[in-house]
Amino acid sequence: MFAHMSSIWEYANPRRFMATSAALLPWVSVIAAICLIGGLIWGFFYTPNDFRQGATVKIIYIHVPSAVMAINAWFMMLVCSLIWLIRRHHVSALAAKAAAPVGMVFTLIALFTGAVWGQPMWGSWWEWDPRLTSFLILFLFYLGYMALWEAIENPDQGADLTSVLCLVGSVFAVISRYALVFWNEGLHQGTTVSTVGVGVEESEGVSSVFLYPMLTSLAGFAFLFLALVLYRTRTEIRARRLKALIAQEQMA
Amino acid sequence: MALTVTDLACARGPAQVLANVSFSVAVGEALILRGPNGAGKTTLLRTLAGLTPPMSGSINHVEGAIAYAAHADGLKSQLTVFENLMFWAQVFGTSSTAHAIEAFDLAALAHRRAGELSAGQKRRLSLARILVTGRPIWCLDEPTVSLDAENTTRFAATVKAHLANGGSAVIATHIDLGLPTARVLDITPFIAKGLSQADPFAEALS
Amino acid sequence: MIGLLKRDLALAIRAGGGFGLSLAFFLIFTALVPFGIGPETGRLADMAPGLLWLGALLACLLSLDRIFQLDWEDGSLDLLATSPLPLEGLAAIKALAHWLTTGLPLVVAAPILGLMLNLPGPAYLPLIASLLAGTPALSAIGTFGAALTVGIKRGGLLLSLLVLPLYVPTLIFGALAATRGAQGLDSTVPLVLTLGITLGCLALLPFAAAAVLRVNLR
Repeated sequence: MFAHMSSIWEYANPRRFMATSAALLPWVSVIAAICLIGGLIWGFFYTPNDFRQGATVKIIYIHVPSAVMAINAWFMMLVCSLIWLIRRHHVSALAAKAAAPVGMVFTLIALFTGAVWGQPMWGSWWEWDPRLTSFLILFLFYLGYMALWEAIENPDQGADLTSVLCLVGSVFAVISRYALVFWNEGLHQGTTVSTVGVGVEESEGVSSVFLYPMLTSLAGFAFLFLALVLYRTRTEIRARRLKALIAQEQMA
Repeated sequence: MALTVTDLACARGPAQVLANVSFSVAVGEALILRGPNGAGKTTLLRTLAGLTPPMSGSINHVEGAIAYAAHADGLKSQLTVFENLMFWAQVFGTSSTAHAIEAFDLAALAHRRAGELSAGQKRRLSLARILVTGRPIWCLDEPTVSLDAENTTRFAATVKAHLANGGSAVIATHIDLGLPTARVLDITPFIAKGLSQADPFAEALS
Repeated sequence: MIGLLKRDLALAIRAGGGFGLSLAFFLIFTALVPFGIGPETGRLADMAPGLLWLGALLACLLSLDRIFQLDWEDGSLDLLATSPLPLEGLAAIKALAHWLTTGLPLVVAAPILGLMLNLPGPAYLPLIASLLAGTPALSAIGTFGAALTVGIKRGGLLLSLLVLPLYVPTLIFGALAATRGAQGLDSTVPLVLTLGITLGCLALLPFAAAAVLRVNLR
């Protein structure tokens, strides 16, 4: 058990990470492509329309997975930030940096698809519904986090400062979430899984007709996130190495 | 020994500047740091002061013994000379500013605002702050910049008195202060040439 | 610690200290509101509690970059960091000084500006109470943001970008307390929650601010 635990940290070794990620990346990308294409085609063309919302409801196959991944990306950044602050693994800091733009784009997709989906029902493109508003605030957190990375030249200093910001931001994001519920009771549909069951009153649980394509699409988004983060972390490592080499050359 | 430095490596930002620095400063002794511009004297002093953590190696001294003075004077131009000194006296928990005002001949300026002082006068006030801290080990970065000959002599006398009182000093300066117990350390051999900071990703792409 | 507080207060009050700028901003903000949304007193009265909270928040934001920037530029932050004063204490004192020179005057000015916006009578007490309870959190969060961006040149805009999302819960509960007061409803719960956020911020954020200061001073 402990031997296994300690071996996890070996992947934080940059060389080991580069080798492992190079081997994993094609597989992860292929799985992401298969799940995404499969899940979306399945969801879009092989599930029945909602009796009230018609075909619009099918946007959930993009909306829900991107929303789930938008939150999980921030959570991953939080874990990576903690690992950096506690164990000083450089790969971890760069993985957090690499995940931020991906998470931000997922947040944007969730916001956009949410607006498109809600428009016919709410009669407006934007409602200050707690959940939609939480994603807007999450988007602002991503923006601030990335802007802070951008503003600092020294990479270790940047990693330290953004990690503390991520930590503090996470606490405030959770408080904001509850504050928003308190502030406005909300028009949003119920939780993710019950959303899947909208319009199928006859089946008490979630109908597998909707659940399986949703889960496939969710897996597709998760693997897409993983592939993008691996790819971007590799790029960050190369960029960092390049910077060090240039600095070395200038000193010599 | 008041201060012992062993195998110290210092970094400025992401770049390693000095490596394998070892020296010690005895009670009553002054160490004069020499070296070309950009060699890392400021970085070494900031590391000694505890602002920059050392990359490796150790610095041993009694906790809270170091008084640091940087290039910048650290003065508030809206406050008077006396208020500036009194503030630092309060922060360091010493109550008296009289000896500092006397040592740097600031009595006539005591109620002038720091913003109205000349560069040399500001420097004198900034050096007087060191006396006010009451700390035994002085780490001074180019303390005589913008001082005239008379005040440089006054400063040297203050350092001499401090050393005679059981203090120590590490001073980065190019001029000869004429201190009897001063030792000169040229940091040129410690410059981390080509040895760039241990790049964590050095082996990542091999 | 007291010495630092006294110095910061003296610096704020003397010429060039910027004391009163936030207050002036708050006044101008309130004066501009009717130009934006129209002069009808009924509508202004409805919006007054929220607008006053928003104005106070923005006025507070305006002065944040002074918290550490001046000490950083003249080198006294380095010297303070090598003094016996712990950085956590430094951050707490800085937040307190900011609140005394910015937050407290805003609280005092808010009811007067409330007259200009036709703030309903029952809203005055909840407004003052919620500002009293909430503005210390704004100062504490702002001190953390200022510590985060102290080494960054022209970091003022970045500071706003980082701090504003962190202000969301305080603004929600604070403005809600004032708004409920204006509607004649009980505002105890949002008031208590505002106070809770402030206490949490005061307890934890000085440590975060000290941690990032330490990184920025390296």
